[in-house]
Amino acid sequence: MTSTAGVAPANPHETATKAPRGRKLTGYWLILPGALWLLVFFVIPFYSLLAASLFDPKGSPLTGYDMTWHFGNFVDAFDQYKGQIGRSILYAGIATLTCLVVGYVLAYAIAFKAGRWKNLMLVLVIAPFFTSFLLRTLSWKLILADDGWVVSAAQTLHLTNLLNLIGLTSTDDRLLATPFAVIAGLTYNFLPFMVLPLYASLEKVDIRLIEASGDLYASPIRGFFKVTFPLSLPGVVAGTLLTFIPAAGDYVNAQLLGSPNTRMVGNSIQNLFTSQGDYAAAGALSVILMVIIVAAVMLYVRTAGTEELV
Amino acid sequence: MAELDRRTVLKGVGGAAFVGVSAAALKYGFNTPDQKQNPADRMAKDVSATDKRLVFSNWPEYIDEDDGKYVSTLSQFEKDTGIKVQYTADVNDNNEFFAKVKNQLGSGTSTKRDLFALTDWMAARMIQVGWIQKLDASKVPNLHANIIDSLAKPEWDPKRDYSAPWQSGLTGIAYNKSKAGEIKSFSELISRKDLKGRVSLLTEMRDTMGFMLLIEGADPENFTDAQWQKATDRLAKAKGDGQFRSFTGNDYVQDLASGNVLACEAWSGDIANAGDENLVWIPPEEGIIIWADNMLIPNMATHQDNAEKWINYYYEPEVAAKLANYNSYICPVKGAQEAMEKVNPDNVHNELIFPTEKTLAKTHRFMALDEAQIRTYEKDFSDVTGS
Repeated sequence: MTSTAGVAPANPHETATKAPRGRKLTGYWLILPGALWLLVFFVIPFYSLLAASLFDPKGSPLTGYDMTWHFGNFVDAFDQYKGQIGRSILYAGIATLTCLVVGYVLAYAIAFKAGRWKNLMLVLVIAPFFTSFLLRTLSWKLILADDGWVVSAAQTLHLTNLLNLIGLTSTDDRLLATPFAVIAGLTYNFLPFMVLPLYASLEKVDIRLIEASGDLYASPIRGFFKVTFPLSLPGVVAGTLLTFIPAAGDYVNAQLLGSPNTRMVGNSIQNLFTSQGDYAAAGALSVILMVIIVAAVMLYVRTAGTEELV
Repeated sequence: MAELDRRTVLKGVGGAAFVGVSAAALKYGFNTPDQKQNPADRMAKDVSATDKRLVFSNWPEYIDEDDGKYVSTLSQFEKDTGIKVQYTADVNDNNEFFAKVKNQLGSGTSTKRDLFALTDWMAARMIQVGWIQKLDASKVPNLHANIIDSLAKPEWDPKRDYSAPWQSGLTGIAYNKSKAGEIKSFSELISRKDLKGRVSLLTEMRDTMGFMLLIEGADPENFTDAQWQKATDRLAKAKGDGQFRSFTGNDYVQDLASGNVLACEAWSGDIANAGDENLVWIPPEEGIIIWADNMLIPNMATHQDNAEKWINYYYEPEVAAKLANYNSYICPVKGAQEAMEKVNPDNVHNELIFPTEKTLAKTHRFMALDEAQIRTYEKDFSDVTGS
């Protein structure tokens, strides 16, 4: 794309010399509130977390913790919780892919086919946010209850058998307290974060380009993959990031919809902080999760080639 | 060339300074100090007389409520004293609640609560680190006159200077008799195939591990490391086999009532309170775990006097009988059994409220742990339950 929106004027040297001093500072003043916000709510907590991850593991919340550069915490935490880390990435990955497929179809329909229903449909996508995240997840517990009609319907249709076969549920013919319920919960809760960026970039696609692909004898499917999908890539990248990152760290879905055998890394961190009061291990595990996600995101963004997408 | 050099140098110096400042900040900025406090230094000005309020945090389903003509003990207290009680059921788990108030109490600031109820071991821990205010004995005469003998002298507060039991209770098994066959023992609960994936246990380490130790033939009051290891291994194996639906705080009743959970580890009064005929509570064959939840006045509480009035009020036998009649937990007040005649004659011989010597003989407590042991045991336990 060759859009020049947002690109600085061609000769920065000239503007730098000519701009009056007051105006030169305006930029900094505008950054200040955001920078202060980040300092207070990101930089300081981040340092605090980093310090906690290097605490002497012999401390306790009551006797206090000393920072002793105890790098062994990372090895211990990774070693003990690699299962939960792997599970988190797996569950979040499946949920993100499901969101992408479901969300793309929905965003496509809203952007191109909804006509005058467009705004209504967008409001409906956001509508779940009118209720609290926690309440919505708890309601799924009611809907998927063992004695509920959803489970008996799934049993009659042999859906539970199918899910058992691919290992998403246990052999007890139920949905709650299985990996399936956790992944479904993640998918449900993060779907709007996928749909909105997808919609935003599909909405911007120039419909004439798609028509042009038809004029050049591309079948609708070929046209979609050659024109529409590449043009929507910024939305795909933004949507997958907005879904995957919070999903990988989520612990509410695993706690409410899962069982002790489906715990994710967020549950381990929460448990280390509150039940065990082991700040060193909890900090180390949080930092490990952060590093893994940042590395994965950088790799993903580089592969997806976003420099020409934005 | 010279300019480039200067830049490189500046960058180098800047980078080194950044790393240095960061390292210093990490090293000295975030250490957590010892959280011990001296309760005498942490007394807030008592505004009870002018601000007639009391803020009390308790466990769920633990107090009677107004119902038609029935006036609850709380409403009666408000009527008698003119004190407005802000009663919140926000204690679901001792560790969770500890995490909630730890920062305030550890740094000597107010928790905005005047009273909360915690189980013996957590009460002991908080008293030890000086987070709890001493009760003025002259203001709680009923407590010292009426507390039952078995609760009067715990080793962590031998004269009940700091704590007053709200209720005591037993931990056992509850199950849904319309959906699960009879259950007699805790070992059935953790192994029976027909219950697989439909059992919940408690996150209270002393309750759950108490039973696991009893299964191993060990004494929860005095066990060896090897017995502990065996007990946690057995729990881990049952968890790995998918026997458990969840590990819960006081929130287990919903899942039991809705049928998601067929059987669970449960506290004696909750099941009677649930008012569902199909739910039954039984003492397991291995034994019963006994505990008490204690009212404590935290440091910096501003309505001490009101809190003491409250404690004194609940140690009147008639009030205690009314409360126990509602929540079916062991009543800590002498004379309540006689008072129960008037409140509800059916409950005078209710074992859950007034256990006989025979029942009490089957009960076990968990051994007292020091801070380091708490860490080790809680870690072993929550490595199984929490991850």
